[in-house]
Amino acid sequence: MLRFSVQTRQALARLTLPVLVAASFGLMLLGKADAVLADRARIALADALVPIYAALAQPLAHVRAAVAEAGELWSLRAENTRLRAENDQLRRWQSIALALDAENRRLKANLHWIPQQAPSYVTVPVVADAGGEYAKAVLLALGPRHSVRRGEIALDEAGLVGRVTEVGKRTARVLLITDMNSRIPVILENSHAHAILVGTNGPYPRLIYWPEGTPPQEGERIVTSAEANVFPANLPVGTVRHTASGVPEVVPAAHLNRLEMVRLFDYGLNGIVPPEAARVAERAH
Amino acid sequence: MAYSEDRPGIRPRQSWGRRLDLAARHSFPANCTILLMLLCQAPFGVVDQAELLPVVTLTCVWFWSLFRPAAMPPPVVFAIGLLLDLLGYFPLGVGVLTALTVHGLALRCRRGLAPQGFAVIWLVFAAVAALAAALAWAMTMLLTFRLLPPGPALFQAVLSAALYPALAVPLARAHRTIADPGRA
Repeated sequence: MLRFSVQTRQALARLTLPVLVAASFGLMLLGKADAVLADRARIALADALVPIYAALAQPLAHVRAAVAEAGELWSLRAENTRLRAENDQLRRWQSIALALDAENRRLKANLHWIPQQAPSYVTVPVVADAGGEYAKAVLLALGPRHSVRRGEIALDEAGLVGRVTEVGKRTARVLLITDMNSRIPVILENSHAHAILVGTNGPYPRLIYWPEGTPPQEGERIVTSAEANVFPANLPVGTVRHTASGVPEVVPAAHLNRLEMVRLFDYGLNGIVPPEAARVAERAH
Repeated sequence: MAYSEDRPGIRPRQSWGRRLDLAARHSFPANCTILLMLLCQAPFGVVDQAELLPVVTLTCVWFWSLFRPAAMPPPVVFAIGLLLDLLGYFPLGVGVLTALTVHGLALRCRRGLAPQGFAVIWLVFAAVAALAAALAWAMTMLLTFRLLPPGPALFQAVLSAALYPALAVPLARAHRTIADPGRA
């Protein structure tokens, strides 16, 4: 081992901090130069940590359920009345839906409609928040021999959650529609006008680029558009709401704050080439 | 801090158990920081849980840099910062720089702050945490070439100040008991 004098050792100790601060700037440059490097490191770390989180998820879910149940006991009566009213309303809607479904099938039979293939999907648990202060994403636990790939679409029971952006050995990261980097082509359901849904990192993403003359209406449903070949058409996204200053934003249909399970659909869409594949193609040329 | 091993006097025999004990006590600050960071990511289902990670990390770095800098040397702070970057999805390097800044400020204030009472240290930490949140916000904007709303940074600063007693009290207890090499 090297032996230094006391003065040299003290000088070296004093130098460590500035050198490491310089190294942190170097790290920033490295992160900018090779964006895939950080993603790979993150997904490798997630792969290592996911079994721990998956093991923790069950007892934590029990605790959360117990707490929620204690709260629900207070409002049981009011909740019951509300549910009865809602049930009546839903029954009326169900009869309408059944009639429409029958009519739709009859019309399609008359038109020789080519039925779309039902997409394959897997249901996977959400194990951790994979976002941060400036990113909104969730981490999914997959089996060791999964066939999930980038670009698959995540839905919960109510609506669109996001897209798979990174896939590891037993994890996948889903970028939520509320993330700042999320841009989704959508259709306003009443006017059939196209628009883009832009995440803001807040709970409500915003709408931009709708055609002049068809502004989003309050309460209007928003569904995905098949444009750009990234999403299939007509997945429910949410409903329009205007802020106090009149900016249209969307209340997501999916429960993005408390995701427990999501379904990953493989629609086989390749509208956007993921950066990793693009790099590989670049190197091949 | 120099251990009693450096001074002349009667010492217990250097058995394996004792060495292990010393090593565990010496590495307690780094280990407990990393453990708390991993725990922050566990699925508790708390709203805005992502904000917790930088808050807990910077509080731990501040506390141990202030009260036991020998167990929280700059390379360890660097590693903790890197972990913060990877777990918190900050642009690479931002967490490292903030952690090192907090560490450096703690070392600078050490002489004046160590004999002060809890309230003064808390107040100074609130200022340091606000600075760290602002730094992370500014660096993230610079590295992503994008204007970000200041809301999350502001929330991080407030949360740091609010959670400091809840974290510092158990840490101070550990500092005097299980993390104390003198008790090995």
